[in-house]
Amino acid sequence: MISVIEPGRFTSIQDEGRSGFAHLGVPHAGAADCLSLRHANLLVGNPQGPAALEMTLHGPTLRFAVDAVIALTGGRMEAYLDDMPLPMYQSVAVHAGQVLACGPLLTGMRGYLAVGGGISTARVLTSAATDTLAGLGPPVLRAGDRLALQPPGRLQGRYLRAPPEFPAKVTLRVTTGPHQEWFPPAALGGFLSGCYQVRADSDRTGIRLAGAPVVERNQGELPSQGMLTGAVQVPNDGYPIVLLPNHGTTGGYPVIAVVISADLPQLGQLRPGALLRFQTVNREQALQALRSVAANLRAAIVCADPGLLEARGLMVLAKAHPALREARLQLGRRCVRLRR
Amino acid sequence: MNIRYVGDSALLVEVQDFRAAQQLRASINRELPVGVRELLPGYNTLLVEFDPLQLDAAELLQRLPESMQDSRFTVVARTHDIEVRYQGEDLEDVARLTGLDITEVIRRHSAATYTVAFLGFAPGFPYLVGLDAKLRVPRLPSPRARVPAGAVAIADEFSGIYPQATPGGWRILGHTKVVLFDAARASPALCMPGDHVHFRPAS
Repeated sequence: MISVIEPGRFTSIQDEGRSGFAHLGVPHAGAADCLSLRHANLLVGNPQGPAALEMTLHGPTLRFAVDAVIALTGGRMEAYLDDMPLPMYQSVAVHAGQVLACGPLLTGMRGYLAVGGGISTARVLTSAATDTLAGLGPPVLRAGDRLALQPPGRLQGRYLRAPPEFPAKVTLRVTTGPHQEWFPPAALGGFLSGCYQVRADSDRTGIRLAGAPVVERNQGELPSQGMLTGAVQVPNDGYPIVLLPNHGTTGGYPVIAVVISADLPQLGQLRPGALLRFQTVNREQALQALRSVAANLRAAIVCADPGLLEARGLMVLAKAHPALREARLQLGRRCVRLRR
Repeated sequence: MNIRYVGDSALLVEVQDFRAAQQLRASINRELPVGVRELLPGYNTLLVEFDPLQLDAAELLQRLPESMQDSRFTVVARTHDIEVRYQGEDLEDVARLTGLDITEVIRRHSAATYTVAFLGFAPGFPYLVGLDAKLRVPRLPSPRARVPAGAVAIADEFSGIYPQATPGGWRILGHTKVVLFDAARASPALCMPGDHVHFRPAS
C-alpha cells in the first residue's frame, strides 16, 4: 500500500493503454512517454504492462506502508527518500514507513514511478490507464488516496545505461502526411523549415504549437476519419496540433505529417515553451529507427552487483542486519556521487 | 479503392461509404493478421493501425483488395427507441437558423429514422446519419466547455448523443437518460454501426 500525502501537479496511473477499442470511440490513453514507462518497469523487474505513476512537471509525495522496490524515470527530477536524494534510472529498495518526495521536473514534462509487481487497480477495457477526458480508468491522484500494490516478483538491483536526455529544443522525425492535396505546394516546405513552440494549453490529447509562420491550407474539414498518436493536424487557424495518446479516435482536420513511432516517446516530454522542428524521413528509415529503439530497450538495462542487490532478499535481510542496510545507503550515496 | 500511408504504422483505406468501411472492418477482423492494433472505421474510410515490427505494410497492402471483395459480412442491425426531453440549450437557435418553429424542429428530428454510421469523438458517441435536410446547421462557432451526458445534438448532416460530459460544439436539441456507454457491459457501446435509432419526445 502507498498513501498519497501530496498528489503533485497532475499524477495519473498509466500503462500501455487500451488497444482494440478505438472503433467504439475509446481513446488509446496510456503513458505519454511509453519508453520511460518501459524503462521504469524493466528496472523493477516487471514485465511490459503493469501500471505505474505518470507525474507531470511536479511529482507527488508518497508514504510506503510496505517494503517495495521502485524506479524513477523520465524527465530529470529532484526526489528524496526520507532525507536521501533518490537516484533516478535505477532500482531502489524502499522500506515500510519511508516517504518518497518527488519535486519539480528540471527537464522534460513527465516522470514515471514504477513499483516492483506494479500498482494494483481495476482494469477498464483491459487497461488501468487514467483517461480523464473519456471518463475511463482511475481518477487522477488526490491527497489521501491509497494505492494497492501487486506482490513483487524476484528482483535484482538494476540501472539504465545512458539514460535519455530531454532537451528543451528538439527535432522530431516525421513522414509526410496522408492529406497533401489539402495544402498548397509550399505548405509542407514551410512546415518543415518552421520552428514551433509548445503552447501552454497543450495536454494529453495533443501538443498545440505556436510561434512559427502558420501553414495556410484549404478551408473546410475532411469527413471524420480515424486518427493516431503522432499525427500533426492542421485546423482552420493553421496552428498545428500533434496528437498525444488521449486524442479523440476520429477527427476532421487534414494531417500534414506524422511523427515516426521511434520519436513518439519524446513527444510526451515536451513542456510548454519547448522548441520544436520537424524533419522528414522515409518509411524505411522510420522502421530502422523503431527497430533500433526496440533492440536498445533491454540491452540498456544493466544488473548491478548480482547477488548482493537481489533486492527482495536485501529488503528482508536489511531489517535483521544493520550492516546490509548501510550497504544499501552507501549504494545510494555512490549513485548520487556519480550523478555529480 | 485508394490506400494512403499514415506514418509508419497505419494505412488509411478510402471506401465508398460507412457501410463499405464497416464491411471491410468485419472482413479483415474475420482473419485478423498478427500485429493489427486497430481497425477504425470513419465516414468513408478505414484506418488500419498496426505494429510495424510485427506486420509488414506491403503484406497488409496485398491482402486488402481480397478483404474488400469479401461480402459475407452482414450487419445485424438493432433498433433503439430513445426517449428525449426536447428542452435543449440550442433549440431556439436551431429554429431561428432553419426558419422553422420549435415544434417543427422537434417533429422533424423525432420523425427521422437514423442509422449509426460510425462511433468516434468519445467512447460510445454515435454519428447518426438520416437527419432531415432542413435541420442541417453548422456547429457552434466556439465549442462549449462542458456538454452534459445524454445531450442529443446536431451538426452538419449528423445527429449524435454525448455519452458523457465533455467539451463539444454540436447544437443541443434535448437530453436523454439512456446510458450509451458502460465499460462493464459485455458490449460497452449501446449503439453499434449499422443500428437504427428513433428519437421519441418524452411526454
